[in-house]
Amino acid sequence: MSAEGNYYVPDQSRLPIFASLGLFLTVYGAATKLNGGGWTIFMLGAVVMAVVLWSWFSTVISENIAGLNSNQLKKSYVWGMGWFIFSEVMFFAAFFGALFYIRNFALPWLSGEGDTSTTNAILWSGFEAQWPLMVTPDMAANGDAAKVVGPGQNMSITTAESIWSWLPLWNTIVLLTSSVTVHFAHTALKNNNKKGFNIWLGITVALGILFLVLQAEEYIHAYSVDLTLDSGVYGTTFFMLTGFHGAHVTLGTFMLLVMWLRSVLKGHFKHEDCFGFEAASWYWHFVDVVWVGLFIFVYILG
Amino acid sequence: MAHGPAKGFTRWLYTTNHKDIGSMYLWFSFAMFLLGGVFALVIRAELFEPGLQIVEPGFFNQMTTMHGLVMVFGAVMPAFVGLANWMIPMMVGAPDMALPRMNNWSFWILPFAFAMMVATLFMEGGGPNFGWTFYAPLSTTYAPPSVTFFIFAVHIMGASSIMGSINIIATILNMRAPGMTLMKMPLFVWTWLITAYLLIAVMPVLAGVVTMMLMDIHFGTSFFDAAGGGDPVLFQHVFWFFGHPEVYIMILPAFGIVSAIIPTFARKPLFGYSSMVYATASIAFLSFIVWAHHMFTVGMPIAGELFFMYATMLIAVPTGVKVFNWVTTMFRGAMTFETPMLFSIAFVILFTIGGFSGLMLAIAPADFQYHDTYFVVAHFHYVLVPGAIFSITAGVYYWLPKWCGNMYNETMGKTQFWMAFIGLNLTFFPMHFVGLAGMQRRVPDYNQFFADFNMISSCGAFLFGAAQIMLLYNVISTIRGGKKATDEVWENPEGLEWTVASPAPYHTFSTPPAVK
Ligand code: HEM
Ligand SMILES: [Cu+2]
Repeated sequence: MSAEGNYYVPDQSRLPIFASLGLFLTVYGAATKLNGGGWTIFMLGAVVMAVVLWSWFSTVISENIAGLNSNQLKKSYVWGMGWFIFSEVMFFAAFFGALFYIRNFALPWLSGEGDTSTTNAILWSGFEAQWPLMVTPDMAANGDAAKVVGPGQNMSITTAESIWSWLPLWNTIVLLTSSVTVHFAHTALKNNNKKGFNIWLGITVALGILFLVLQAEEYIHAYSVDLTLDSGVYGTTFFMLTGFHGAHVTLGTFMLLVMWLRSVLKGHFKHEDCFGFEAASWYWHFVDVVWVGLFIFVYILG
Repeated sequence: MAHGPAKGFTRWLYTTNHKDIGSMYLWFSFAMFLLGGVFALVIRAELFEPGLQIVEPGFFNQMTTMHGLVMVFGAVMPAFVGLANWMIPMMVGAPDMALPRMNNWSFWILPFAFAMMVATLFMEGGGPNFGWTFYAPLSTTYAPPSVTFFIFAVHIMGASSIMGSINIIATILNMRAPGMTLMKMPLFVWTWLITAYLLIAVMPVLAGVVTMMLMDIHFGTSFFDAAGGGDPVLFQHVFWFFGHPEVYIMILPAFGIVSAIIPTFARKPLFGYSSMVYATASIAFLSFIVWAHHMFTVGMPIAGELFFMYATMLIAVPTGVKVFNWVTTMFRGAMTFETPMLFSIAFVILFTIGGFSGLMLAIAPADFQYHDTYFVVAHFHYVLVPGAIFSITAGVYYWLPKWCGNMYNETMGKTQFWMAFIGLNLTFFPMHFVGLAGMQRRVPDYNQFFADFNMISSCGAFLFGAAQIMLLYNVISTIRGGKKATDEVWENPEGLEWTVASPAPYHTFSTPPAVK
């Protein structure tokens, strides 16, 4: 609660209206592109967004340096970031929910469980529920053989020669380690150890990039054995869940990279004044937690 | 910071002031309300008589869809956010919203989003025609190409809602004046705090479901396609996981508004303040576990039917607590019936009717008869029109003198109320009968048998529409002049907003007031 005087209410600002414009151009351009148009509007929107976000963040940073941000305002930023992350959690929840529903309800029903046997016989005769789903209802009804067959061709652990050659395990190790290193960076900062901070944060960024490389590796492998986004609901859930997670890791890595550059190049962040870094690190822990969910529900139980 | 508003129209583009932004939200919402109203009148004109006369069936479908989408996302939600912007900082004694620039961004996304959404009507293949609930595969396999634009419009207005609610939460939790403890906050603030949590929890799920549609349409995934192992019913689950809390997003702030108005005109403190808070919180919680009551006829296992039936009925308990409290507040009060109070009383009565028809719909076996008929249309219009629209109107009349410093014209206000009240009941009450008798919703033609009631409904709709033009006129003439309002405006109203001058200065509470 406000005991400490004036809360900083910024003057008029051009940033938000251009942010709205940029966002609009981006999505309008994306829709145009998807409906068979070109990239121009999308690219234009992306550029506007990039410029706006750059200046928006620089404005906030310089306001902070100028001492305009009271503790109360900082608390608003903390609430803001916290609930933003919660909204992201709910976004993932929708996709995890879809995975749960498909595995536990949709597939058994399609295969005629309970009182759905007539539907199965008439529409998808021969379809049997399995996970990972290799033969979709459509393929079963048409008598097609699975394109994706046998071990080594889906992402579950049972198919790896040994646990050590199982890529998702390495991904997990990399990401969990990075959560620890970002924590070390934070501790170093709290102890006024700027050098330690830079090193640990740098390592975290490197681990983030390593994770993305491994993930790309895995996708290439998947596509090489015909496990694709449009290969049925297994590919759908697999790529959408891991894909959105990967997109969030990319964003998180980028955020941490920016924080690292700010620290190394501009000497930003003091032990009691490091919200930008902290926000990025919370985000990083969040993508990590989502990964643990993925590891359990998509990979181990996959 | 003691300065006034900037000059010129860029004031509105660049503003960071919660009052400016609140006004823009309210005007935007009113424009959308009129647009959605025009769509509704097209529907009612077509249904005036049986047979097809005015519009093509395909266009009729676009009208029902756009009417629903524009009213829900364009009229009701932004109106509540507008009221929140205007009132919450004043009610908790804060200088502005917690994150003023983001506040501007949340607003200005909306005109772009709706321009894009309405523009789909002019695109090849027409606009969305699959109902506001956009069930797959109607909205995926069989959708017009413009659905892609619809999807992205939903994405960005969802972003706007999420930013708006983050702002509201941060304002309420972080910016209250010293002494303003949580249990001293006006109920409008409480209900909005809870609404904001609902929004943050379900708007991302809506984003998720439209993303799944986008992927199914353009990238060959099979979320909603049984051929690939997905399930169209999955769409309905995810949609209604968002959708049911969404209906509470449209009603909880309304509860807050009438809880402010009724005590003022009954000249008694609100009965059962803390039970109101707990009831609101329980409703919000329950709203997450009832979604499949919209899907009783889709073929769920019996355990699901039962669970969702009983859970839905539970909601009637906290809702009943609220109605009881409003009635008890009025009981033996020294009541007067100014326009805001008329709208609030109508709210209590008509919303209760909607609640009862909701209970009927909640009975799973009975819903097999009611589902997708005009009975459902009657139900949700009884909760939304007297619920959301009447409370917003009541709020506008109640706070307008504070906003612009002038009193509105009471005679005109009352006339508008009676027009709206009669129009609304003429429009929606007969829908209960035709619905129970089996008239389907979302169909441009109907059996001769339903002709009389439909004609009454259509007349009522035009009367209701006329009432809104009157509201517009009354608001504009109040802004331009009229009797000066006192700072208190009403007799001993409660709340910090009445301690500042009328019209409220551009910046209020730059230093926090002390709250006893
Ligand atoms: C006592 C409280 C309530 C109960 C028990 C209840 C129950 C129901 C049920 C069971 C349905 C599904 C009917 C069907 O499609 O067959 C329904 C539909 C609906 N309700 Fe309610 N409801 C309640 C309150 C509300 C409130 C407060 C609102 C909004 C302010 C609301 C808005 C709607 C809407 C918009 C629909 C129709 C959705 C559609 O299919 O387009 N309801 N309600
Ligand atoms: Cu519902």
